[in-house]
Amino acid sequence: MSVLLIAEHNNKNLKPFTLNAISAASKIDAEIHVLVAGSGCESVAKEVAEVPLVKKVLHCDSPNYQNYLPENLAPLVTKNADKYDHIVASANTFGKNFMPRVAAALDTSQVSDVIKVNSPDTFVRPIYAGNAFATVKSNDKKRCVTIRPTSFEPAPKTGGSAQIDKIDAVDVPNFSKFVKREETNSERPELGTARIVVSGGRGLESGENFKLITDIADKLNAAVGASRAAVDAGYISNDHQVGQTGKVVVPDLYIAVGISGAIQHLAGMKESKIIVAINKDGEAPIFSIADYGLEADLFKALPEFLSELNKLNTIQK
Amino acid sequence: MKILVAVKRVIDYNVQIRVKEDGSGVHTDNVKMSTNPPDDNATEESVKLKESGKVKEIVAVTIGDDKAQETVRKALAVGADRGIHVKSDTYIEPLGIAKILKKVVEKEKPDMIFLGKQAIDDDCNQTGQMLAAMLNWPQATFSSKVTLKDKSMEIVREIDEGLETVEVNLPAVVTCDLRLNEPRYASLPNIMKAKKKPIDQMVAKDLGVDITNRVQQLKVEEPPKRKAGIKVANVAELVSKLKNEAKVI
Repeated sequence: MSVLLIAEHNNKNLKPFTLNAISAASKIDAEIHVLVAGSGCESVAKEVAEVPLVKKVLHCDSPNYQNYLPENLAPLVTKNADKYDHIVASANTFGKNFMPRVAAALDTSQVSDVIKVNSPDTFVRPIYAGNAFATVKSNDKKRCVTIRPTSFEPAPKTGGSAQIDKIDAVDVPNFSKFVKREETNSERPELGTARIVVSGGRGLESGENFKLITDIADKLNAAVGASRAAVDAGYISNDHQVGQTGKVVVPDLYIAVGISGAIQHLAGMKESKIIVAINKDGEAPIFSIADYGLEADLFKALPEFLSELNKLNTIQK
Repeated sequence: MKILVAVKRVIDYNVQIRVKEDGSGVHTDNVKMSTNPPDDNATEESVKLKESGKVKEIVAVTIGDDKAQETVRKALAVGADRGIHVKSDTYIEPLGIAKILKKVVEKEKPDMIFLGKQAIDDDCNQTGQMLAAMLNWPQATFSSKVTLKDKSMEIVREIDEGLETVEVNLPAVVTCDLRLNEPRYASLPNIMKAKKKPIDQMVAKDLGVDITNRVQQLKVEEPPKRKAGIKVANVAELVSKLKNEAKVI
């Protein structure tokens, strides 16, 4: 029994959610091998080798894997899948994109978005936007599993020294091409891993008004989130969307401002430890899951909130 | 060119689902059903491509019980030309669905297949990618902009980091994000016309593919409920609670 886990990285650094996936994989089996496929990604292979839970690193360096095109990556994973019982990746846009191709090639039914590992073949996963939890048992011999990163603690990063094996690239189909990636660069913490998230919804009324949100986020060293309505309206870019089809976040503090609380939004944030809702509609569904609700006009409340925060002697970072 | 668009019937996105007491699933009796929302985006994009003159025919396919035909009728009412209903009275996993769709593709030979990026019931997010792999076609998932060229498509994809643009050769599989377009409503005359459009019938288990489910659902339960919270009177109280009670700032 052993696990092949596919690392997510940008050819320079490991993406943090890989550590959460490693920690989930360790609940499946102790023998974890990690595939680092990329171009000029030796530093990533070394970084992964230092993770104590990792027993071996498979390092495949080729321009074919520079942009993780699923058409190129999936055949490499499939070719190396023989020796493993589980193929694991994060259930984010990286893992969701390529893993089903691997599962199809292996004729395996994938288990998506696992939030709990009960045993090597039994998992818990949310369905219906997290309004129900299904416990499922995979009867396949080889199992393809994507895990919801925010449901598992990140694995410790250093102290290990796994062996790094170089492996060969495989032929690629050459029918898809990477053109460009427009990443939103921000000084703020990443939405997926931030301790505090401040989110705005349609109640903000415009993109300019999102400054009220970002001012508070900066004061609290928080990430900025948004409801789908706010993204659809063009107030803020798609990578900020929290919800069933956006990102799932589990911060210590989630502040929802001008967000009514559609079930699709709640799916992305209701596991947060403390939830604050600021909304002028006292009947808004968001209040039903908020620990602290403030029924108020956000255009008055947010500047007041900032000035109250400014009065505090210390703010946790 | 020809498009195959796949649509699924699911519990309507506005319905607050209820888990069955015996843990066997969720209540579906007398519950409003509709087309999986991003599947509507898939249909809309197909229709727009047809309106642009580059696409000659749209075939809408669904897999499910008799009532699943409603989703095909809806696609026909907004502009699909004909339908296919692959009948199955039991739940089929994405792997089995992809195998059935592959059979349909082999018969219909479309240049493009459009699907929603995820079904809002099982939230699997697998079918399009699996189908692409089985056909050995390229894929563009989570698509929010599609530009059709002569022999390829340029597609903007929504990813965690922002946006990514890829170019995929035809034939290709596209899975659609909700932001790809604004699905239109069917007009009454078009709903009437759609009733006359043909829907071919097939039976899933007669297609010669292994659709046995591999993942067994042991139980379905409600997620833990959150404790009821409180309303605070003003911003000062909120900040004080966050600082001194919740101790999160």
